[in-house]
Amino acid sequence: MTDGAIRETQSPGSLRLVLTLGIAGLISGIAIIGIYQSTLPTITANKARELREAVFKVLPGVSRMQQLVYRDGELVATEEPRKDEQAIYGGYDSQGKFVGYAIPAAGPGFQDTIGLLYGYTPDRKLVLGMEILESRETPGLGDKIHKDADFVSNFSALSPEPEIVAVKKGTKSLPNEIDAITGATISSKAVVRIINEAHSSWVGRLPPPGSEPPLENPEPAGDVEGP
Amino acid sequence: MKKHDNQARDELIKGIWRDNPVFVQVLGMCPMLAVTNSAVNAVAMGSATFFVLVGSSFLVSSFRNWIPKQVRISCFIIIIATFVTVADYTLLALVPAVHKELGAFIPLIVVNCMILGRQEAFSSRHPVRLAVLDAVGMAGGFMLALLSLGAVREILGEGALFGVHLFGANFEPWVIMILPPGGFLTLGVILLFFNWFKVKKDEFLAEVASVERSES
Repeated sequence: MTDGAIRETQSPGSLRLVLTLGIAGLISGIAIIGIYQSTLPTITANKARELREAVFKVLPGVSRMQQLVYRDGELVATEEPRKDEQAIYGGYDSQGKFVGYAIPAAGPGFQDTIGLLYGYTPDRKLVLGMEILESRETPGLGDKIHKDADFVSNFSALSPEPEIVAVKKGTKSLPNEIDAITGATISSKAVVRIINEAHSSWVGRLPPPGSEPPLENPEPAGDVEGP
Repeated sequence: MKKHDNQARDELIKGIWRDNPVFVQVLGMCPMLAVTNSAVNAVAMGSATFFVLVGSSFLVSSFRNWIPKQVRISCFIIIIATFVTVADYTLLALVPAVHKELGAFIPLIVVNCMILGRQEAFSSRHPVRLAVLDAVGMAGGFMLALLSLGAVREILGEGALFGVHLFGANFEPWVIMILPPGGFLTLGVILLFFNWFKVKKDEFLAEVASVERSES
């Protein structure tokens, strides 16, 4: 307490105040750079692994993948997409044969943006799987779009043409229909809308079945990086 | 020496029960209501806050004689924000799934008034040893509060604790408990208990005092 009393009587000059804050800011900056640099490799590796796992989940039978972008009228494989390019992922089996595309898409959900990835096979024209990458849907209701296995399995052999329709639970009868989640109709419809929109924007850009870009890197891609 | 030890123990224990930051001081309500929808989230939030509070109290107390009074709050905030950033990146690297659940509430630890409050009211006026003990007690009390709310809400709202299902398939989850209203309801009931306990204790003490007076 005596300390405080002494400090109050003698008011320090502006220089001292500026210096104190400057030094505090400098040390804090160095600490933040340090933690950023030391965690960055783990964080990047985690993100890459998450994406790879999601691609393998939405495309059954896939063991290798490569990033593809639509450039100058055709799909090309690239490691570093340009800023304005949307990337999708080509999935290949262990012999390097093309299986399908994993297409990331995002759109508004009930609370916030829903980001998802869906697998699409052009030769059968079917959606093979769907994985939610990010969502803030209501816990217990809307979050069933990724927690409810019954809902997710709707997307395992789903025809996106004509447009996918979410119908009342238990009334699914056509190949382009899914059972919506009771109590989370908006979230269910949001997922359907996101896939429909992504499908209609991509289907024209995909090459005819049989002429997909071949796997460029014959080595199993993916499990190279990361400590 | 005896008195010294008693004081140290008191600083440690007061945060857990008598001056519990949540149930008695009613501070830090934002994370309290927002991230206690499961026990795992509560523990993660509690640990991050624990790290930030103990680290900040240690530094603030160590430098308390160098920090001019006029810029003390800015200095506290810089120190707290640095620890929060460290906690943020560490959680993102080690447990990405939990980090995703907690989302924006980890950066928001910076504005948890309990943390700045401890710096201003305690760490900046006491030696390092007491400041750290006080921080450990307060952060421990905060974690305990988060965990008790998180556990109650997860058990009622999901029928599970730490993700392990406790009841059979017949259990109908009380979904409202993991939604925001459930947080208010649970917190209200616990605060009711704490206030009831305080009233009873005061009545008891008054009775004891009156008995003693009549005897003498």
